[in-house]
Amino acid sequence: MKLRLTVNGRKVEKDVEERTLLVQLLREHLDLTGTHVGCDTTQCGCCVVHLNGRSVKSCTVLALQAEGAEVTTIEGLEQDGELHPLQQAFSHHHALQCGYCTPGMIMRGIDILNQHKAPDEATIREELDGNLCRCTGYENIVKAIKSCAGKV
Amino acid sequence: MYNFSYKRPLSLQEAVDILSNNDDAQALAGGQTLLPTLKHRLARPETLLDLQGIEELQGISVEQDTIRIAAMTRHAQVANSAEIQNTLPALSHLAGGIGDPLVRNMGTMGGSLANSDPAADYPAAVLGVAATIHTDRRDIAADDFFLGMFETALEPGELIVSVSYPLPLRAAYIKFPNPASGYVVVGVFIAEFSSGVRVAINGAGPCVFREQNVEAALNTSFSVDAVNEITISHEGFNNDIHATSEYRAHLAKVLIKRVIQKITNN
Repeated sequence: MKLRLTVNGRKVEKDVEERTLLVQLLREHLDLTGTHVGCDTTQCGCCVVHLNGRSVKSCTVLALQAEGAEVTTIEGLEQDGELHPLQQAFSHHHALQCGYCTPGMIMRGIDILNQHKAPDEATIREELDGNLCRCTGYENIVKAIKSCAGKV
Repeated sequence: MYNFSYKRPLSLQEAVDILSNNDDAQALAGGQTLLPTLKHRLARPETLLDLQGIEELQGISVEQDTIRIAAMTRHAQVANSAEIQNTLPALSHLAGGIGDPLVRNMGTMGGSLANSDPAADYPAAVLGVAATIHTDRRDIAADDFFLGMFETALEPGELIVSVSYPLPLRAAYIKFPNPASGYVVVGVFIAEFSSGVRVAINGAGPCVFREQNVEAALNTSFSVDAVNEITISHEGFNNDIHATSEYRAHLAKVLIKRVIQKITNN
């Protein structure tokens, strides 16, 4: 079935099986492999992308649900060859180890900072409830997000 | 998942027509329960009807003394709605605790109620305030809606359009969530109207139900003391890896008291 949407600012047209998940469209049809499949059971948040400005778990959205929509992935964050401020903060604050959860954390982090002007630590931790990390213990992830208040 | 056909109807009538002519068609709301179900191959609909394009299913409005919430309203919208926070904060609080923030950006009220998972949150609010479920063909009172585990009064192909919540004098909801999933192990929603108190318990049994002994006690005196001597029987309660039925009965009693305290402290 034909699908038309905008991904990272570019118009995309693909013919997909109806059962194609959004994460599959991104990874397998568009080679945007920065979005990860961690659990495939809607728990871990490694697959988080922005769908019309809202962070969602792309493993639990059909590609066709995004027909006509705007999707932003981790690849879409850089501006003129410069990392997004939150990406820079993740690097600076050592907020990743294996990096598997990181794109989802960053996409969710941007959403958090769009909704909260200057979130405190407790708020950030609560808002990250849908993103799991096995490596870092979340400490530096929270620091990185907190450090970007007002900058996204 | 098995493959299917996908349609996105642009009107409620179109959706109802397709569903009435096609036994194997399944409505898709937020997909946060349906898609995981399909991934496990626990269902095999021939056609998915994406409801996101139907205007009649969008919107929140505050009328006289009720709030009307359309079926495709996302949990995050209910949680963040200033109108609901100001008029029925127990509902926005409940919505803000469903699943996780990402799931709340997609999951919908209509989807949750039509599914009637025993571990879902919304049924407690709907039964707690005696909400009315408006479908494409009739109105269903909350007391008539929840029939059993994953079973509602909805007929095949019947779509929830909106839900009207009467505004109580006071209300609160507390759940004991599964620490990993956030699903309700036991939850209690209590609402006080001038006509009396309603106590809805979710998570404990096959579907949400009213605890009438506690209602009677609270109608005489709205206090923790009034319910102290009441025993909640564990008979018929869910017994699984998350909690035994005895533990659920214990939790129900604890949460009933906490909800009463929360209401009286406000």
